[in-house]
Amino acid sequence: MAATEQTIKQVNTLGSSDYKYGFSTEVDEIRPPKGLNEEIIKFISAQKDEPEWMLEWRLNAFKVFNKLPKPQWAKLNIPEIDYQDCYYYSIPKSLKDKPKSLDEIDPEILKTYEKLGIPLKEQKMLSGIAVDAVFDSVSVATTYKKQLSDLGIVFCSISEAVKTHPELVKKYLGSVIPVSDHSFAALNSAVFTDGSFIYIPEGVRCPVELSTYFRINAMNTGQFERTLIIADKDSYVSYLEGCTAPMRDENQLHAANVELVALDNAEIKYSTVQNWYPGDKEGKGGIYNFVTKRGACRGKNSKISWTQVETGSAITWKYPSCILQGDNSKGEFYSVAITNNMQQADTGTKMIHIGKNTSSKIISKGISAGKANNTYRGLVNILSKAKNARNFTQCDSLLIGNQCGAHTVPYIESSNSDSMIEHEATTSKINEDQLFYCQQRGLNSEDAVGLIVNGFCKEVLQHLPMEFAVEAQKLVAISLEGSVG
Amino acid sequence: MLEIKNLHVSIEEKKIIKGLDLSINKGEVHALMGPNGSGKSTLSYVLSGKDKYEINDGTIDYNGKNLLELDVDERANEGLFLAFQYPMEIPGVQTSFFLKTAINSKRKYLGQSEMDALEFAKLMKSKAEELNISTEMLKRDLNVNYSGGEKKKQEILQMSMLSPKMAILDETDSGLDIDALRIVSEGVNKLRNSDNSFLVITHYQRLLNYIKPDFVHIIADGKIVKSGDYSLALELEEKGYEEISQTA
Repeated sequence: MAATEQTIKQVNTLGSSDYKYGFSTEVDEIRPPKGLNEEIIKFISAQKDEPEWMLEWRLNAFKVFNKLPKPQWAKLNIPEIDYQDCYYYSIPKSLKDKPKSLDEIDPEILKTYEKLGIPLKEQKMLSGIAVDAVFDSVSVATTYKKQLSDLGIVFCSISEAVKTHPELVKKYLGSVIPVSDHSFAALNSAVFTDGSFIYIPEGVRCPVELSTYFRINAMNTGQFERTLIIADKDSYVSYLEGCTAPMRDENQLHAANVELVALDNAEIKYSTVQNWYPGDKEGKGGIYNFVTKRGACRGKNSKISWTQVETGSAITWKYPSCILQGDNSKGEFYSVAITNNMQQADTGTKMIHIGKNTSSKIISKGISAGKANNTYRGLVNILSKAKNARNFTQCDSLLIGNQCGAHTVPYIESSNSDSMIEHEATTSKINEDQLFYCQQRGLNSEDAVGLIVNGFCKEVLQHLPMEFAVEAQKLVAISLEGSVG
Repeated sequence: MLEIKNLHVSIEEKKIIKGLDLSINKGEVHALMGPNGSGKSTLSYVLSGKDKYEINDGTIDYNGKNLLELDVDERANEGLFLAFQYPMEIPGVQTSFFLKTAINSKRKYLGQSEMDALEFAKLMKSKAEELNISTEMLKRDLNVNYSGGEKKKQEILQMSMLSPKMAILDETDSGLDIDALRIVSEGVNKLRNSDNSFLVITHYQRLLNYIKPDFVHIIADGKIVKSGDYSLALELEEKGYEEISQTA
């Protein structure tokens, strides 16, 4: 049998059973009734014991949401979403009264994170990585808190930050992604439940990777993550998020807003390994991943770098972007998006050049298998004041089989004659001769595909924090092959 | 080691190999010579299991196994190695990583544990030195931006690290300058022992000055038309394919 055919067969047989994070955890949950209305928003706010200003902000966002149509630009087939048929808040009962220590947390929840490879107990904590674990609508625990606070670094859940650092939250929340940006952004602003908050003070280089692990557990429940990272002058932080969910037949909604702010000379490196449940072979179930991520390089010489490995979700709709406001600021976007079976992804970035000598780099690798569709959509916008702006874009697509699609939709707008913009794009099919060559050296067809695809993605994967690069390589291979590692 | 009987092969309805017999024993080096289009490369692909070739008739026995029933990777892990005429480039995959993956695939197949990183590094270093391959080169992506000669050396490096039982060299001499030809040939000669066998496919007698074969076969129009010892290669060089084929 032809090697490619074999691969396609294997890819086809890859059923939902190969998703190794598909288990669910039995815990008692507190949940208000389904539906989206002011009462629910008030309920969420009250559960979180939020100050009045926060509730007003949410209610205002809800009004905006009601006026905005659903974004239509993506090349995605998004079924009509019934916002009233979804739970907006769900937390394990045991987390209702904020546990003081890990001993008070339901052991089932701790076990969940251990199964996911994210131990939260002190003696087993991942070295060099501080983790904030979010279970459905609430943050479970944050590790390494004390060590970080000695440096003046704030790393906590956003709910906590609303109470402990209201001045920072008020100043920056919604300052990068306005509530009215589009309807998913407004929805998130109205009902966001938890996520991480990070503040790195002036002159501090965060010594460990900061990481959030998002887990959707409850049925019919949306997860509305809100993350805010502020890097003050001359600071540096590297942050990584991971995501998984149980296998369920119905679709679940994950609508996140992530805002980054980098002041003078600050650098933020933001990495994502997204492995939400993708649905089964026929496209039943899976997460709808509608994510708005945007970073503002406000200060001069600041830098924001996005790296994403998107392998999961039924639908991925995501454009991590940079607003390059400060002179000499830099934006980077490194992306691997893999779609298999019936998965759909429309992902890319926006680089908005405002300041002088700003530069941006976009490296996107899209891999399509099965009947999946994968679109790169990107905007490079150079405004008139952005003298000497530079952009380099490279979009490569790899096709496995003949029923999948790859699309590249770059938008380039330049209002200035000093700027230099480069765009390169390639589309190729996985090469039969390369596969044969690898197999002649003893690799089975799965390993051969994994090797070649990882080679294809290398430029992106090497930007991940070292601890996760190996995991990501495995994930790339697994999501294409069905050989659960 | 290898016993090919009455092999008939076609590709897209076109008959390429038309009743080929060849028997290679342990410890023997056989040279297969023939003009363009005679079926030399087809034979190497059929032996290594490339698809698209249809076996219409015949059998191939490899160490007591029916070779045609084995997958490409199974054949490789059973010790059959093809040094490609046109080695493939694999962007983003470091040469040393590829070598390690290949070695460990074989070990896994044989039920052995992965090779220790240090042991691997030592092995690679010593084999690379023999072939005059720099460590710098091992860090580059496999075959990407390699010269023709570098690619061929890389094939021989892979071969010597995997130490196959049955190695097929498909026009390994093409594109090699005289120095590289000598180095590559020495690499092959070092590997020769009483347990393994080689099938050296070439157009020219030149390579056989360096790798002395035990047997020489001349293939024309999908069949072996004449077999002999090393002197046949010399005769061929003198008379050319046409005359030899006609006298056969």
